[in-house]
Amino acid sequence: MNPYEAPTPPTMPALDRRDFLRLTSVASGGLILGSFLKSTGELQAAEIAKTAPAGDFTPNAFIRLGLDGSITLIAPRPDSGQGVKTSLPMLLAEDLEAPWQSVTVQMADLNAIYGSQAAGGSTSTPTFYSLLRQLGTTARIMLVEAAAQNWGVPASECVAEAAVVHHHASKRSLTYRDLVAKAATLPVPDAKKAILKDPKDFKLLGRRISGVDNQKIVTGQSLFGLDFKLPGMAYAVYEKCPVFGGKVVSANLDRIKTLPGVKDAFILEGTSDLRGLMPGVAIIADSTWAALSARRQLKIVWNEGSHANDSWDDFTQQAQALAAKATGNVVRKDGDIDAAFAAATKTVEGTYSYPFISHANLEPQNCTARVSTDHAEIWAPTQNPGAGADMVNKVLGIPKTNIIVHILRAGGGFGRRLSADFVIEAAAISQKAGVPVKLTWTREDDLRHDHFRPGGLHFLKGGVDASGKITAWRNHTVLFAGGLSADEFPSRFIPNHLGLSSVIDNSMPMGPWRAPGSCVFAFVYQSFIDELAHAAGRDPLAVRLEILGDHGTVPGTGERGTPYNAARMKAVVKLVAEKSGWGKKLPRGQGQGIAFHFSHRGYIAQVAEVTVSKTGELRVDRVICVADVGSQIVNLSGAENQVEGSIVDGLSAAWRQELNIERGRIVEANLAEYQLLRMPDAPRKIECHFLQSDNPPTGLGEPVLPPLAPAVANAIFAATGKRIRQLPFSKTDISWS
Amino acid sequence: MAKFTLQVNGQSRTVDVAPETPLLWVLRDHLDLVGTKFGCGIGQCRACTVHIGGQPVQACMTPISGLGRKPVVTIEGLSADGTHPLQKAWCELDVAQCGYCQAGQLMTASALLADNPQPTDEDIDNAMAGNLCRCGTYLRIRAGIHRAAELATATHSKEATK
Repeated sequence: MNPYEAPTPPTMPALDRRDFLRLTSVASGGLILGSFLKSTGELQAAEIAKTAPAGDFTPNAFIRLGLDGSITLIAPRPDSGQGVKTSLPMLLAEDLEAPWQSVTVQMADLNAIYGSQAAGGSTSTPTFYSLLRQLGTTARIMLVEAAAQNWGVPASECVAEAAVVHHHASKRSLTYRDLVAKAATLPVPDAKKAILKDPKDFKLLGRRISGVDNQKIVTGQSLFGLDFKLPGMAYAVYEKCPVFGGKVVSANLDRIKTLPGVKDAFILEGTSDLRGLMPGVAIIADSTWAALSARRQLKIVWNEGSHANDSWDDFTQQAQALAAKATGNVVRKDGDIDAAFAAATKTVEGTYSYPFISHANLEPQNCTARVSTDHAEIWAPTQNPGAGADMVNKVLGIPKTNIIVHILRAGGGFGRRLSADFVIEAAAISQKAGVPVKLTWTREDDLRHDHFRPGGLHFLKGGVDASGKITAWRNHTVLFAGGLSADEFPSRFIPNHLGLSSVIDNSMPMGPWRAPGSCVFAFVYQSFIDELAHAAGRDPLAVRLEILGDHGTVPGTGERGTPYNAARMKAVVKLVAEKSGWGKKLPRGQGQGIAFHFSHRGYIAQVAEVTVSKTGELRVDRVICVADVGSQIVNLSGAENQVEGSIVDGLSAAWRQELNIERGRIVEANLAEYQLLRMPDAPRKIECHFLQSDNPPTGLGEPVLPPLAPAVANAIFAATGKRIRQLPFSKTDISWS
Repeated sequence: MAKFTLQVNGQSRTVDVAPETPLLWVLRDHLDLVGTKFGCGIGQCRACTVHIGGQPVQACMTPISGLGRKPVVTIEGLSADGTHPLQKAWCELDVAQCGYCQAGQLMTASALLADNPQPTDEDIDNAMAGNLCRCGTYLRIRAGIHRAAELATATHSKEATK
C-alpha cells in the first residue's frame, strides 16, 4: 500500500447501492438485504432473527423494532472520534421517522452483511448516505402499510411521524409499537420504489446532535478498547526490536517468569511483515502493572538486521543525491518546461521537506483476545475490524468463519487503527499462552512502533512570465514508498509541468495518517505557489484564482485518476476571501495566509491570521475555513467538530511534531519529547462555513486538515518575510526586526 | 504485595498490590474504575487526572503507598448521576470527539471551577495547559468550562431565590 495515498476500502466505493445489496446478501449467505431487492417476502433473515427477540420487526440488518416499542439502530462502522456512531444511525432514523431521543444505537460486530466496515478515507458518509436513508424509508413504508391494512384504508392516505402512523381523515393513529407484529409479516417493498424524503422536510439531518456515547464519556463508564475486561483474562505486554525488522536472538525468560505476578513469558518468532506480527517477547501477568514491572527486568539480545544504521540525515543525503541526478521516474510531462523557464522573467527554486511523524492516538494500541487453536474472539479498538480478522486468519490459520471481532470505541484513529498489528499480537499471545489476554502497548511502544506518516523531500523550481502568470513548474519528489501521483495539484493547471519521482531505500513501517499524502503535499505546493506569487509581486489570492481559471471539471489522468472540479474550488476560495476580509491592512508582525486543497472528495479553502512577535513567537489568531462537502451536512455538530479538530491537528502536526531516526530507531520516547499542541497554542478562533453545493454528501474526517499548514506558513511569511520550507515550523527562526 | 485501604468516591476499598503500583492501575485493574485513562505513564498527557484531597493529580505518577488516607475522587465520582455542570455542558456542547482524554479534562476543569467559579479564557488556558487532547477539541473544552460556570451560577441563583 502507498502511505501517501488515501486508503480505499476494498469493495464499497466502487459499488453502486444495488451492487452493495446484492453483494452483502451473497456474502452473508442469507437474504437480509437481498430481500429488499427481490421482494421475496422473506422478512426475517435467519442471521438477524437469531439475535432478535421473537416477534421483533427486523426489516433489515440495520434496524430492529421490538414488540416493547424499542427502536434499535445499528452503527456499521467503528467510531474513533470521527462521529459515525452518531451520524450513520441518524441517516436511518431520519427516513424511518424515529424520534432520535427514543432510539438506541448499537455498535455492529464485524459482519459481511454491513459491507466494508473499514472507517478510513473519509468514505463513511459517501458510502452510506443514500443506502441507510433507503433502508429507513423501506422500513417506514412497511409500518405505514401495516397501519393502512389495519384500518382498511389506502397506505397513501397515511403518514408516519415520530414513530406514530396517522390517518388524518379518520383521526386515527397507531404507534410503531402497535404495528411491529403486523409489519413483520408483510412483504418487503421494492427498494427502488422507495421515494426518499425531500431534504426540506428533514427533522434530524443538518441539526447539531450530541454524540451517542457522550454520557458514558463524561461519567467514565467502560467504553474504550482498553476498558474491556474478560473473566479470567491475563494482562500482556510485548517488546519488539527498536530497529524495524530486527529479530529476537535470546531473552532472560527464566528470570522473568520468577517475577511477582508473572504467569508466562515467551518469544514470538513473528513474520517478515513490517506491519504485521513482528518478532518480540511477550510477558503475561495478573495485572498491567505486574507485566510492566517485569518488562523493566527484561534483557533481550536482538539481531537488528540490515537497517541498524538508518538515520534521517542519511535519508536526506540520499534524497539530495537522487535530486542532483534529476533522473527520477517521470510521472508527468506537459508543454516544454525548458523553453518556459528560458522565457520566464522570474524563477524560484526551493527544497521543501517534512519529517516522519506519529499518529499518537491518546489511547495506546491495545486489544483483548481469546484464541484457541481454531477459534478466535477479538475485542478491538479498531478502524478496520476486517483487517484484524484477515490477519488472524492468515497468520494463525484460523478459519474466517471461526473468527469473531467485536468493535470497541477507539481513543483516536487518524489512520493508525486501519492496521491490525495490535490485533494479531494479542491473538498470537493468547493462542500461545492458552488464556484470554488484554495486550496493552505503552506510549513508548506506540511512538516507536507506529506505522508512521512518512517524511519526504520536494525539489521545486517554478517560473512566472512577464504578466506574472505561473508558466513553469518542475517538481522532483523524493518519498519513502509509492511515488508522486500524476494528478497532484497543480498538475493539469500549469501549462509547462515536469513531475519526477524517486524513492529512498528504507525499512520504516509506514501507514496512512489523516489525509495521507495530502496532509504534507498541500503544505509544499500551496506554499510554493505563494512563493511564486510574491516573486511576481502579485496577490496570492489572485494568482490562485488565475491557476484555477475558468475550468469546470478537469478529468483525472489514467484509470485511477481523480477528476478535479475547479469551479467548486474557486467557489470556496472566493468565499473564504470574503469571509476573512482578505487583503486587509495589518501591522508588521501580523499576517494573513491563504491555501486550498482538494482531497477525499472535499473542496476546502482556509485563511489563517497570525501574530509573530519580534522574538519569533507564533500565535494563530483566527482560522476561517470554507468547505464544500456536498449538498447536505448530516450532523452539524459533528461536522463542525471535525473542522475544528482538523485545524488544531493540522497546526499540531506542522508546528512541533517530528520523529528523529538514528541507528535505525526512533529517538523520541514519550510525549515529553514528542510535542503535541496544547490548549494555549490552539487557534484563538476557528470559523467554519459549509458551502452546500448540489453534489452528493461526502466525508469530513480528513479533507479539512491539509490546507492548514500552508495557510499558516503563508501567513507567517506575510507577517515576517520569513519563508518556511521545512516542517515542523519550530525548526525555522521566524523572529523579525 | 501489601494491603492498602483507599477512600475512593466516598467508599472505603482495600486492595492487595505491590506498594509502588500507581493509583492509575489500582483504579483500572483492581477496582474496576476504568474512567481514569492511561495515555503516557509519565504525567505528560494528564488523561489520568483524579482529585486527591481536592487537588488534581496524575494517577499514573502516584504510587499507592504514598496515598495514605487522603480521599480520592475519580470521574465516576464527579457527580452522583452525571449532572455536574461540566458533565451537562460537555453533553450540551458535544465537546468530545474520541472522548479518551475527556475524563482527565473534566477532573482538571472541575478543580479549576471549585477554585475559580468564573474563569477567564486566560485562567482556563493556564489551568488546562497540562491536559492533551489529541483530537483538538480545545475550543469546545474552553467553551464547555464557560458554559458550566454559567449553569452553576444559574443553579446557585435559583437556590438563592427559593
